[in-house]
Amino acid sequence: MKVGVLALQGAFVAHATCLRSLGADPVEVRTPDELAGVDALVLPGGESTTMSMLLESAALFDPVAERVAEGMPTLGTCAGMILLGREILDGRPDQRGLAAVDISVRRNAFGRQVDSFEADLLLRDLPGGPFRAIFIRAPFVERVGAGVEVLATVDGHPVLCRQGRVTVAAFHPELSDDLRFHDHFLKGI
Amino acid sequence: MLKGGVIMDVVNPEQAKVAEDAGAVAVMALERVPSDIRRDGGVARMSDPEMIEGIKAVVTIPVMAKARIGHFVEAQVLEALGVDYVDESEVLTPADEAHHIDKWAFTVPFVCGATNLGEALRRISEGACLLRSKGEAGTGNVVEAVRHLRSILGDVRKITQADSAELYDWAKRLGAPIGLVQELAESGQLPVPLFCAGGLATPADAALAMQLGAQSVFVGSGIFKSDDPARRAKAIVEATTHFSDASIVAKVSRGLGAAMPGLEIDGLETTFADRGW
Repeated sequence: MKVGVLALQGAFVAHATCLRSLGADPVEVRTPDELAGVDALVLPGGESTTMSMLLESAALFDPVAERVAEGMPTLGTCAGMILLGREILDGRPDQRGLAAVDISVRRNAFGRQVDSFEADLLLRDLPGGPFRAIFIRAPFVERVGAGVEVLATVDGHPVLCRQGRVTVAAFHPELSDDLRFHDHFLKGI
Repeated sequence: MLKGGVIMDVVNPEQAKVAEDAGAVAVMALERVPSDIRRDGGVARMSDPEMIEGIKAVVTIPVMAKARIGHFVEAQVLEALGVDYVDESEVLTPADEAHHIDKWAFTVPFVCGATNLGEALRRISEGACLLRSKGEAGTGNVVEAVRHLRSILGDVRKITQADSAELYDWAKRLGAPIGLVQELAESGQLPVPLFCAGGLATPADAALAMQLGAQSVFVGSGIFKSDDPARRAKAIVEATTHFSDASIVAKVSRGLGAAMPGLEIDGLETTFADRGW
């Protein structure tokens, strides 16, 4: 079982470090060939405008969309949540979503860099107490379609959602020094 | 989350849009790019708030702005304007000959330059949360960026091999707090990200900085002083992502037109990198 980490930009090293600590052998994915060799994919945080441009220029956009639609276990965090949603609000006009989760995601919804914050989230699937979630210029979900489970909210805004094999989080679990989130993802593959 | 990306200098909203569309992870809003500051001479200060706000209004990516070294009031103003990062920058004329800004007093995160590991650790001790190797801004000459990156990361590698007694000597020679030196020896890495700046002008320059160990790159004059800024900007973004794949760096380097004119370091009247203490 090979877990890929989309390595176009952003926090891919931190995700790979978490996965490695849990005994997985993460692969950095920058090309269609590298994508073809993985069984699951993490889309990290970063700038979604940058990553969507790079998905197109690296000819990865359609292959990633297809693999995710075929049921590849996928985790998207922060920018990854934005990329995996159906609709992107406040993005670049030509920015496309991978449409793997039927949600509308607003970029920078919690504000600018100085508005970044941490919050304790009680997550049903994670035993052992609340998960300290780090939100950096974070998005939130404004519309949730049928078939999407909302697993956590902050101030009433969905920040963790799941549809089929795809989980999306508005925060950065790879920065929390708490491996339970990645462990749960790996066990679900 | 700026890692693995390109931060571009922009002087107006139009350039900011070009940068965002090309895939920049952030823009640095300033009135004049470093090569113009170098050409014009005189005192370079924080930019007009109106100009910074104009850029903030048109992009959705983070906006950085520069304060003079030690000019904590310029930093306060930038924080009040809601910029995402303050760059305490040697490209502007220093306001204090001994002190950098006490960055712990701020909520807004700071980026600072460094030419060597001692400078880097002093900036971290003052509260910088992001470092960039200084290079020599406005020259289009990558040699100083390479020197500074190699110096910082080379010393990091040496310190990881030092024994506990040698760390005190390292702290003394670097003029850096022993606690940070010990932390670095244990973790094997700087406690904050290290980006590369100063003199990068081509996709290959960006890939060079990334292969040497930078986690992102700043490109200042190199984009908007070139023949075709939009194409060059996008090419540098792609080269930064695919930095270890020479065939992609080759592909994106084709037909970009002329890069910015470059300068020899020996012929410079002012070396910005010498500013900072």
